Amino acid sequence: MTASAPPREAPTRTLVLDRVTKAFPTGTVALTDVSLAIAPGELVSVVGPSGCGKSTLLRLASGLEEVSSGSIGVAAASTSYVFQDATLLEWRSAARNVELVGELRGVSREERRARAQEVLDLVGLQGFEEQHPRQLSGGMRMRVSLARALVAEPELALFDEPFGALDEITRLQMQTELQKIFRLKRFAALFITHSVSEAVYLSTRVLVMSGRPGRIVAEIEVPWEYPRPPELRYAPEFAAITGRVSAALGEHS
Amino acid sequence: MTGADPSVVTEHRDPASAGGTVACGADPAPTPATPGASTQSLPHPSSPRAVGTTRRTSWVRQALARSTPIVAALAGILAVWYGVSYLVLPTSQRFLLPPPHEAFGGALSNPQLMGPMLEGLGRSVTVAMIGLVIAVVLGIGYAVVMSQSGWAEKILYPYAVILQTIPILALVPLIGIWLGYATVARVVVCVIIALFPMISNTLFGLQSASAAAHDLFTLNKASRWQRLTKLQFPAAVPSIFTGLRNAAGLSVIGVIVADFYFQQGAPGIGGLLRTYTLRLQMDALFTAIALTALFGVVVFMIFAALDRAVVGRWYGRPTR
Ligand SMILES: Nc1ncnc2c1ncn2[C@@H]1O[C@H](COP(=O)(O)OP(=O)(O)OP(=O)(O)O)[C@@H](O)[C@H]1O
Ligand SMILES: [Mg+2]
Repeated sequence: MTASAPPREAPTRTLVLDRVTKAFPTGTVALTDVSLAIAPGELVSVVGPSGCGKSTLLRLASGLEEVSSGSIGVAAASTSYVFQDATLLEWRSAARNVELVGELRGVSREERRARAQEVLDLVGLQGFEEQHPRQLSGGMRMRVSLARALVAEPELALFDEPFGALDEITRLQMQTELQKIFRLKRFAALFITHSVSEAVYLSTRVLVMSGRPGRIVAEIEVPWEYPRPPELRYAPEFAAITGRVSAALGEHS
Repeated sequence: MTGADPSVVTEHRDPASAGGTVACGADPAPTPATPGASTQSLPHPSSPRAVGTTRRTSWVRQALARSTPIVAALAGILAVWYGVSYLVLPTSQRFLLPPPHEAFGGALSNPQLMGPMLEGLGRSVTVAMIGLVIAVVLGIGYAVVMSQSGWAEKILYPYAVILQTIPILALVPLIGIWLGYATVARVVVCVIIALFPMISNTLFGLQSASAAAHDLFTLNKASRWQRLTKLQFPAAVPSIFTGLRNAAGLSVIGVIVADFYFQQGAPGIGGLLRTYTLRLQMDALFTAIALTALFGVVVFMIFAALDRAVVGRWYGRPTR
């Protein structure tokens, strides 16, 4: 982790970024002056044009990359990362892919088994435990990937366009699924997406980023309680919020 | 032959990346160019892993479909052979290429000829397989060491390339002088010729895991050993089997070459080839050539089937 000390001023925040800038050795400045804070039970979405540094933001938050300046505070015993493609190990069954996390973290075999089964049930994969990734559809592979993220009992969950490669119908299903899980687990989540309606439907707050170098140019609260019914997507007040997000995007890309 | 430059394997690598490796293409089957590797031009099913069901009837149909081209090729060879023998060569020169039934018939019906020939073949098979096993162990080990750091790869890879670029025939006399002209030298020739495809394919496979998969391991604080055994090595298995298939074919070539030059001790089939040539025993010569060809084809088919079975089972088809 880049800085695992809890942030001073706000102890209830799980993730705090303070004036973070990231320049790569190649000279590309991916992020400038990004500040944000996420508390437990918040699902914060980030939308922005392609190449504006969204993935970089997650990689910094997870500790995969170091900041160039500014600071990051993570107050989470366990962090999970969900990649854009499911990133499953093709030689392992669904269950064994989920168990991998426990194997790497030294969890005993029985406990690994039990917990993998638990989260596979949670994401609706009972009966598919022994299937290998190639035998699963794209949506099911993403469910395995979610299960693998959940098995670590994350306090901070980072999602990098997890549903971006899925077809529209599967995508909507997965949004409902994720909402259900989020309601149950109440971790702090940072969710990258390029779909404005996905961002609004899923999150408590939407951050809009400018084109590269990425900055946060707008912050839009989403008021509704969970669970949010799927029909909410067609409501006028939903359109009002997506409109504000889209407008902020349009102004700054 | 793919004509791939051996250094291609290293170009997939980004030494600056944190995990040490980056994603390569999805196809884990590079076939490095290898001088004298005639086995590589045999029918080479490009994606046997994609096909296949568990139903027995279609299994039989598949086996038939796979062997049909080989049978057709053999028929074609025999047809041309008869053609040349009867239509091209005048009777006075027909001894240069006697028709197949004479070429094989004479030797096959002569136990005094066939006995030593089969014994020789047996000895060659043994040497080739010992050489192959050593090459597999050394090749995988060498590739694993290289995969562990950018520096190790930069330092060690050139030796593998040099070993690969020296034509084996240029080394053979030296090996004879150093190691004698019997079994040990023959095994060493097999090892040298079979080593490179094992090294390059294994290395390619070890580096084939995606950057995201490496990130997953990094995020879960995987040790180097965990990364090797739970990610890199399993990801390399399909490539290792491709390497094994190529190395096995090359090992067969190696043993024939070595037999041919190292004539001390009990002769292998390659040594007998030389003897028959010197004595102009045409029927024995043709039979021995056919046996070596059969040897090569059988070895290739065994390893291709092994490849399909293991890789298809773990990495492609349903497990049950
Ligand atoms: N390791 C790296 N080295 C150099 N430049 C990088 C590196 N990683 C990302 N970049 C650059 O930083 C910028 C932001 O990349 P990033 O992947 O964060 O964008 P993104 O917003 O996730 O884009 P997309 O929506 O297409 O996924 C890009 O211009 C990219 O080329
Ligand atoms: Mg991205």
